[in-house]
Amino acid sequence: MQRNASTDSIGPMISTRPLLAPSVILLLIWMIVPLALTLWFSMQRYSLLDASAGGFVGFRNYVFLFTDPNLFNALANTIFLVAGVLVASVVIGLACAVALDQQFPGRGIARLLCIAPFFVMPTVSALIWKNLLMHPVNGLFAYISRTLGLPVVDWFAQWPLFSVGVIVAWQWIPFATLILLTSLQSLDRDQVEAARMDGAKGLRLFRFITLPHLARSITIVVMIETIFLLSVFAEIFVTTAGGPGNASTTLPFLIYKVALLDYNVGWASAGGVIAIILANIVAYFLVRTISHNLDR
Amino acid sequence: MATVTLNNIRKNYGSLEVVKGVDLEIRDREFIVLVGPSGCGKTTLLRMIAGLETITSGDLAIDGKRVNDVQPDERGLAMVFQSYALYPHMSVADNMGFALRMAGVPKAERQSKVRDAARILQLEPYLDRRPGQLSGGQRQRVAIGRAIVRNPKVFLFDEPLSNLDAALRMQMRIELARLHHELDATMIYVTHDQVEAMTLADRIVVVNGGRIEQVGAPMEIYANPVSTFVAGFIGAPKMNLLAGKLQCTSDAAQAILEDGSAVTLPTRPGLANGDAITIGIRPEALRVTADGSLAGRVTVVEHLGGETLTHIELASGQLATVKTDERAPAKVGQTVRLGVDPRRLHLFGPDGRAVSRRSEALQPG
Repeated sequence: MQRNASTDSIGPMISTRPLLAPSVILLLIWMIVPLALTLWFSMQRYSLLDASAGGFVGFRNYVFLFTDPNLFNALANTIFLVAGVLVASVVIGLACAVALDQQFPGRGIARLLCIAPFFVMPTVSALIWKNLLMHPVNGLFAYISRTLGLPVVDWFAQWPLFSVGVIVAWQWIPFATLILLTSLQSLDRDQVEAARMDGAKGLRLFRFITLPHLARSITIVVMIETIFLLSVFAEIFVTTAGGPGNASTTLPFLIYKVALLDYNVGWASAGGVIAIILANIVAYFLVRTISHNLDR
Repeated sequence: MATVTLNNIRKNYGSLEVVKGVDLEIRDREFIVLVGPSGCGKTTLLRMIAGLETITSGDLAIDGKRVNDVQPDERGLAMVFQSYALYPHMSVADNMGFALRMAGVPKAERQSKVRDAARILQLEPYLDRRPGQLSGGQRQRVAIGRAIVRNPKVFLFDEPLSNLDAALRMQMRIELARLHHELDATMIYVTHDQVEAMTLADRIVVVNGGRIEQVGAPMEIYANPVSTFVAGFIGAPKMNLLAGKLQCTSDAAQAILEDGSAVTLPTRPGLANGDAITIGIRPEALRVTADGSLAGRVTVVEHLGGETLTHIELASGQLATVKTDERAPAKVGQTVRLGVDPRRLHLFGPDGRAVSRRSEALQPG
């Protein structure tokens, strides 16, 4: 919407846009240069193993990628991982938030412990899960299985994507808990009491009063987590390295493999462009939902 | 039929006693107003009746049935909250029909009941809106509508008008009075505003420090306050309360005020000579006259149009207010004398309780 400077409350006939320019221009350069370079590289024949080969190849890198089953495998893995972790973190985060909102002795410590995983570096938490918990020989889970006489699960071999998802969810549940807990605390006490007098108790109170109140925060959790989950890398790198085979290779990890293991910058850049397009499709829907939710 | 009986109701928060034994019998279709300063326990009392607070000890009965342990929604009550407590994500119609929905009432019946309530409250054009799109007065009406739809035995109001501006408050006050007449329901209303208490109530319950100070019809309380607290709380502007000592002679009783001036009392109270007493005079019972027994300097004159309030600092430093119908009786800075009509004098003993005026009428001679 075009706004007339003279009707702005800021001042008479002063255009404020030039004052914004330095930061906007800096951000624009920051964004546009890597984007342009990626677009450029994605149309080059550019392999680090073969310096003699080079030159413009048009869309051949894309054609190669789209005919490669690995791409669709990676896309599917990315979507499963993001969706799974989102569902887990919202559902479990909600449960944690509701639990931590109750009065009980040691609540402060419980809150601290519940939030703590968020502050652990992704690499470190992945290593903890890999070596201390999910390890088929030394891991805690294996120990429990053996003690109970159950077959030992080799998590990263048998359920690679699921196991990565568990680790990522473990890191992101605290974030959801934190946001949802603050939102729960802002729920008007009178509203809850009015609902109690209207006969809404327990689950129905949650369904009709609490959940609608949390809708906005849940949208925010979904948006922010999606942004970060689309680029999950360290957890995969440390635990499964995308394997076995390609079972836990997501789009970011595929790009890494192509660029730094196959040394093919052209293909990797084409993959990067696809990732950008994917992220923008997601962003479009998210921004639409959120602006709808925030308007209320 | 809906009576509410409170029998020695108490409420403790830990070792702190907030409500200290309240007995009250609320009759069917009565409009009861609980009034008192903030923190006096009146809201806690209402919340205990509603079932939102547990009752530490004592019995609460609705229609003769003990309901101490009955869930709030099963007591047959509806409450209007100070903050309205509307559900922001529901339309006005859904807000009003929520209780019925929770009770499993079929949709068609629900809608017709909501429409009926909306008609009473002139809310029909707004049924599809959200609470956020309504003005303060409309939200207030939705909150009342939510209560009406449930067709409760007893309506509970928790300072419902305190968030409205003065003009709207007056309009809603009249509307509430009309509503009480139309619905013919028992209503319990909490407020700290004595004007609301005076205008709405069938009976006023004055609460102070967790105890009931006085129960009675508005004019009865106005005319015969049982203590200095009630005397000072009911009536605007406040009753003038002047401390002094009792001096009895063989044929007359006088109050000697702090500045030495003497006010003749209509009766000889059953108190000892020299006892500390407080005399209470309504601002409209004080007159500026040349032969008045009190003297003071006019400090502020407030013109309210229909009436004028003159604030006078007495020689003892105590403040007195005189209410007159028309022009101010004196100018600021002027020294005036104030006359007291002995028949309109209230007398309170050393404990702050009223000394009965009827008991010992002074015998002439």
